Amino acid sequence: MHTSTLLILVLAFMSLAYYVGRKRAISTAGGVTRINTLHSLPVYYGLYAALWAGLPALLLMGLWAGFQDDILVALVKSELPATMLDGLSPGAASLLVNDIKNLASGAIVSRTPTPEMQLAADRYNLYNQFAVWAMWLAVSALALGGMAFAWLRTQPKMRARNRVESIFMAILVIFSSIAILTTLGIVLSVLFESMRFFQEVSPLEFFFGTLWSPQTALRADQIGASGAFGAVPLFTGTLMVSAIAMFVAVPIGLMSAIYLSEYAPRKVRAWAKPTLEVLAGVPTVVYGFFAALTVAPFIRELGMSMGLNVASESALAAGLVMGIMIIPFVSSLSEDVINAVPQAMRDGSYALGATQSETIRRVIIPAALPGIVGGILLAVSRAIGETMIVVMAAGLAANLTANPLESVTTVTVQIVTLLTGDQEFDSAKTMAAFALGLTLFVVTLTLNVIALHIVRKYREQYE
Amino acid sequence: MSTTLDEMTVRTRATTSAELASGRESRETVGDVTSANPRMVCRHVDVFYGSTQAIKDVSLDIGKNEVVSMIGPSGCGKSTFLRCLNRMNDTIDGCRVTGSITLDGLDIYDKGLDPVPLRAQVGMVFQKPNPFPKSIYENVAYGPRILGLTNSKAELDDIIEGSLRKAGLWNEVKDRLDKPGTGLSGGQQQRLCIARTIAVSPEVILMDEPCSALDPIATAIIEELIDELRSNYSIAIVTHSMQQAARVSQRTAYFHLGDLIEVGETNQIFTNPKHKLTEDYITGRFG
Repeated sequence: MHTSTLLILVLAFMSLAYYVGRKRAISTAGGVTRINTLHSLPVYYGLYAALWAGLPALLLMGLWAGFQDDILVALVKSELPATMLDGLSPGAASLLVNDIKNLASGAIVSRTPTPEMQLAADRYNLYNQFAVWAMWLAVSALALGGMAFAWLRTQPKMRARNRVESIFMAILVIFSSIAILTTLGIVLSVLFESMRFFQEVSPLEFFFGTLWSPQTALRADQIGASGAFGAVPLFTGTLMVSAIAMFVAVPIGLMSAIYLSEYAPRKVRAWAKPTLEVLAGVPTVVYGFFAALTVAPFIRELGMSMGLNVASESALAAGLVMGIMIIPFVSSLSEDVINAVPQAMRDGSYALGATQSETIRRVIIPAALPGIVGGILLAVSRAIGETMIVVMAAGLAANLTANPLESVTTVTVQIVTLLTGDQEFDSAKTMAAFALGLTLFVVTLTLNVIALHIVRKYREQYE
Repeated sequence: MSTTLDEMTVRTRATTSAELASGRESRETVGDVTSANPRMVCRHVDVFYGSTQAIKDVSLDIGKNEVVSMIGPSGCGKSTFLRCLNRMNDTIDGCRVTGSITLDGLDIYDKGLDPVPLRAQVGMVFQKPNPFPKSIYENVAYGPRILGLTNSKAELDDIIEGSLRKAGLWNEVKDRLDKPGTGLSGGQQQRLCIARTIAVSPEVILMDEPCSALDPIATAIIEELIDELRSNYSIAIVTHSMQQAARVSQRTAYFHLGDLIEVGETNQIFTNPKHKLTEDYITGRFG
């Protein structure tokens, strides 16, 4: 008597309703030859009946499954002898209920069962059985009722297609709002946790303090728990790594976009473009260990041979590899906008005696510039939010430095370290992660909005 | 009118495939293809797109200070022929041109010749106005700048004013030279493109249906302009409007399925065509 069996039963009712509804529509019309007197195709009458049979029943099933246990527990609890619950804290009471449930299902119980508990467990089982039967009956009845309702309403004048389509539209709206509401939920939860953080640490210290040492004391006399939350070193570290990444990605990406869209023969483009885009498909964790194990030691050796002091986890190494990761973003977005510049612009320039390179430099790039800038901003927001490479290749020490050969840390790295492992969820240390996350979110969102705005404005120019 | 045109297109396509299948030889051109004072001389020009032949053995002169119009149904090759004259076809993959085309006696398809300076001598105005997304001033200054025609800002200003005046646009835009060229009306944009072409002092101006995207008033202004430009330049114009060809040109060439069917004085072509196909086309009884 499992719920999934009931689900299959409802689906069976729905297909039955589909056939019945379709048949009924044809017969009310007066046979297959007179289908044209129906408002909609017979299929829609079938779907209409199926939806009436299925949707209310499924809705009831969902609600029932959601609330059944709460109601049963309340019932069982109300029948317990009052003495058993007297003086119990809410936590202890829920432990008792849990034990009763375990007893009912035959699982291990944390205390020796008393006769009262055994009685309660038996009752729980009984109610449960009853509830399951009742749900089966109610759901089946509703499905059949819906089918009958649709059957009665089926007549040639009924606008079955419009009704079915509006139901499907409602379903689409519900599903798309799930995505939007989830985003909203994440934002709100991050926002509220950040507000809790800012109650303990002032925003002034967070945004302008230069010392980051997020160790909070568990005991009052603990040593080394300074608890300083000045996030400026994190912001500068993030900026430096992202800037290095953009220094790598923008020239390489832009040049390859120009080559691929303007100069490359069709054959070269056919294999070069997908190859370049493979870079975007490499998992970031692979870039991460490439940075940590290959690039960083190489840069350190190189620096040492020139007499420079290079940290093994330098900002340079992380930035370089991140830049390589971002190349395909810059190149494929730029290539798209360059290709979107109308051929008429090129023709106009050639017809005035311009060479290909003059045409690219003086007409195509200026025309495509807004779109290219938009693409670069998208890449920047991607760089700022990138985590895996910096976790592996950038350091943990929050140095406030402008030297790319030193080790820096980034916002994302700190979020990872603050939340990895077992953490208490009410200390300033863990909540700092939410504040950092919120800052990151606001920055990348702003960049994305600006970038998309620029890109869209540019697209409109030629349409 | 529009139905006739549509029917014409359909029939043309039908004949094209039938005739291509039979591998028809090119037709003889009726009339005199030469000009008394030629600037561009084209002899036996064939154009292929891949394995398709778009132009078959076309010979035509474009004389000094004259407007030659090219008419014919869609897909007859008149635009392709026009684009041969400044080697714009080079930018199309798989396009091959044979025969000889000379400008002032110089073979423009000579292996040693660079098509880039050629295009400054043979300018082109396109079907759809295509000003660059720059200011009006920069649009006209583009050609002189890349060709290094001027040494000072004052000289450049003179060229720009002169070109805009010749294009009949100066009075409309002199107060907003720094505004984007794309913000002008369609007719003004097309005159801006003509000014841009004039600014590099070409010898020949090619116009590929320059008025097909414009309203009748803008068209009338451009047609007047073409007539004025004739005193300084040689002009070859492709047009779908026979009235326009009759109004602006001295000589008219009728193209049909890649063949040059008939060439002659514009008056003669429109009043007394010699070839049956020309007569059918200009009287609207095509086919």
